[in-house]
Amino acid sequence: MATTEAPRGSIRRRSSSFFFRHPKTRRGLTLAAPLTWMLVVYLVSLLLLLANAFWRVDSLTSTVVRDWGWRNFDTVFSGNWRTAFLERTYYLISLHTVVMAALVTIADIVFAFPIAFFAARVASPRARSAIMIAVVIPLWANYLVRVFAWKAMLEGGGPAEAFLHAIGLTDVSLTGTTLAMWFTYCYLWLPYAILPIYASLERVPDSLIDASGDLGAHTGTTFRRVVLPLAIPGIVAGSIFTFSLTLGDYIVPQLVGKGSFFGNAISSLYVSNPPLAATIALLPLIVVFVYLALARRTGAFEAL
Amino acid sequence: MGGRGLRWLLRITSAAVLTFLYVPLVVVVLNAFNKDQVVSWPPSLFTTSWFTVAWHNPNLRQPFVNSFIIGILATLIALTLGTLASFAMARARFFGRDTISFALVLPIAFPGIVTALALSSMVDAMPGLNFGIPAIIIGHATFCVVVVFNNVVARLRRTSGSIIEASMDLGADGVSTFRYVTFPAIRTALLAGGLLAFGLSFDEIIVTYYLAGTTPTLPIWIFQNITRPFNQPEVFAVATVVLLISIVPVYIAIKLAGGGALRPASQAVGARTA
Repeated sequence: MATTEAPRGSIRRRSSSFFFRHPKTRRGLTLAAPLTWMLVVYLVSLLLLLANAFWRVDSLTSTVVRDWGWRNFDTVFSGNWRTAFLERTYYLISLHTVVMAALVTIADIVFAFPIAFFAARVASPRARSAIMIAVVIPLWANYLVRVFAWKAMLEGGGPAEAFLHAIGLTDVSLTGTTLAMWFTYCYLWLPYAILPIYASLERVPDSLIDASGDLGAHTGTTFRRVVLPLAIPGIVAGSIFTFSLTLGDYIVPQLVGKGSFFGNAISSLYVSNPPLAATIALLPLIVVFVYLALARRTGAFEAL
Repeated sequence: MGGRGLRWLLRITSAAVLTFLYVPLVVVVLNAFNKDQVVSWPPSLFTTSWFTVAWHNPNLRQPFVNSFIIGILATLIALTLGTLASFAMARARFFGRDTISFALVLPIAFPGIVTALALSSMVDAMPGLNFGIPAIIIGHATFCVVVVFNNVVARLRRTSGSIIEASMDLGADGVSTFRYVTFPAIRTALLAGGLLAFGLSFDEIIVTYYLAGTTPTLPIWIFQNITRPFNQPEVFAVATVVLLISIVPVYIAIKLAGGGALRPASQAVGARTA
C-alpha cells in the first residue's frame, strides 16, 4: 500500500513530520527558488536599467562607459534635470503616449462593461462559460498576427476602405492614422478589460441586489449604488492592463500608424545610445508607478 | 435584474463586441487562402499554395524549431517556480505575502518595452550569459511564472487542506502524500498553466526581440516579413497556422481548468505579448 512505503523513523518519514510541524521552515524552503529567481533576474534587471540611465556612450568607440552622471537626464529634461521640465521632443512623446493610453483605456472599459455584465449577471451558466472562452481565445492568438490583421483591414483596398466607400465616405482613409492605432489598441487589449470586470461583477452576491430591491430601490438605483461600486476594483484592474500595455508598445505605431510613442523612441535609440534609451524607459515606468499608486486606493490589487 | 428591453440591449452589445473580437481573425484566415500576391479585399479564394510555400521555406524551419525549444524550456522553469510559489502561498497568511504575489505579476504588468530593456541590460552585464536562446528562455520564464502560479494557487485554494492532513494521519510521508493526494488534485491545473505558459512564450515578440541577438524565432520571422509586400500571403498562411497552434492548447487549457483559467489573475497572462 502506498501509505506504508516509508517505515517509521526513516529520514523521509522524519523530515515529513518535521516540515508538517514547522510550516515556516517549509514555506521558506518552498519560496526560496521562486523568490531567488525573481530577485536575481527581475529586480537586478530593473536596477541595471536604472544604473544604465546614469552611464554614457563613448562617442569614439560607441561602447557604453560606466561613467556615472546626470547627463542623460539633462538631455531628457531641458538641459538640466533639476528643472524637471521635459525637453519638447520627449514632452510630445509622453503626451502622445499617455493620451492614447488614456483614450484606449476609457473606450475599452465602455466596450467591456456591457458584455461583462451580460456574462456575469444575465446569461445562463452555459452561455456564460461560452462567452468567456470566446473572449479569452483572441488573447492567445499571436499578438503580431492580431496587429497584422488590423493592418490588413485598414490598408488601402482592405475591408475598412470598402466599408467606408459603401457608406459614401470616399475621401476618408484610415491608413496610418492615429484613429487606426486607437482602433487597433482597443481591439488588442479589450479582453484584458473584460476579464476583471466580469470577475468583480460575478462576485456581487445576489442577496445584496435582492435586499436593495426589497428596500424599494429601482433597477437603476440598485445598479448605481450597489453593483457599480462593487465593480470599481475590477474596472480599475482592467484599466491597469489597458493603460500599461499601450504605454509599453512600439509595434502598433510601426505597423498600423505613425507618430512616436515611448516604445519607438526607446527602440530607435537602443542601438546607438542604450543609456539614453534606458533613461527614456524610466518615463513610462514612472507613469505606471503613479497609476498603480492611485489604483491601489480603489482596492484594485485584490482584483488583479 | 433589468427589464426585457435592457436584456436585449445587453445581448446585442455583447454580440457586437464578440464580432469585433473575431472579424480581424477571420480576415487573417481568409487572406491565407487568397490567390492574389498582395493583400486584397474581397480576397479571391481559394488556394492552399501559400501553405505549401511556407512549408517548403527553409528560412522558416529554424525560427519554428527555436520558438518551440524556447517555449518548452521556459514552460518547464515556470512550472517548477510557479508551483513552488503557489504551495508556499496558497493558504498561508504571512508578512510580505502580498508583496511577493505582486512581484510575480510585475514582469507582466509593467510596460513591455521596460521589461525588455531591463532584461537586456541584465544579459549585457552578466558575464557568461549571451544574447540568444538561453537569454530568451530566462526572460520568458520570468513572466510565465505568474501564469502557472495563478492556475495552481486557484486549484489549491479549492482543494480542502484536510485531505492532506488525513493522508499524513494515515501514515503517508510528504513524498507519498504529494504523489497520491496533492499531485492528482493539481494535475489539470499544472497542465492548464503549462499550456498557457507555452502559448505565451511561443507568441512573445517585444522582450524576445531585445534578448534574441541574431537568433531567429517565429514571431521575429513574422515581424521581419510583415513589412515585405511580396511575402504577405505567406505570412498570413504562417499566421493562420500559429493561430491554430495557440488556440487549440488554450481551448484545452480552459476546458481542463474549468473556471480556474478564467480567474481574473490569469488574464495577466497574455499581457506579456506586449
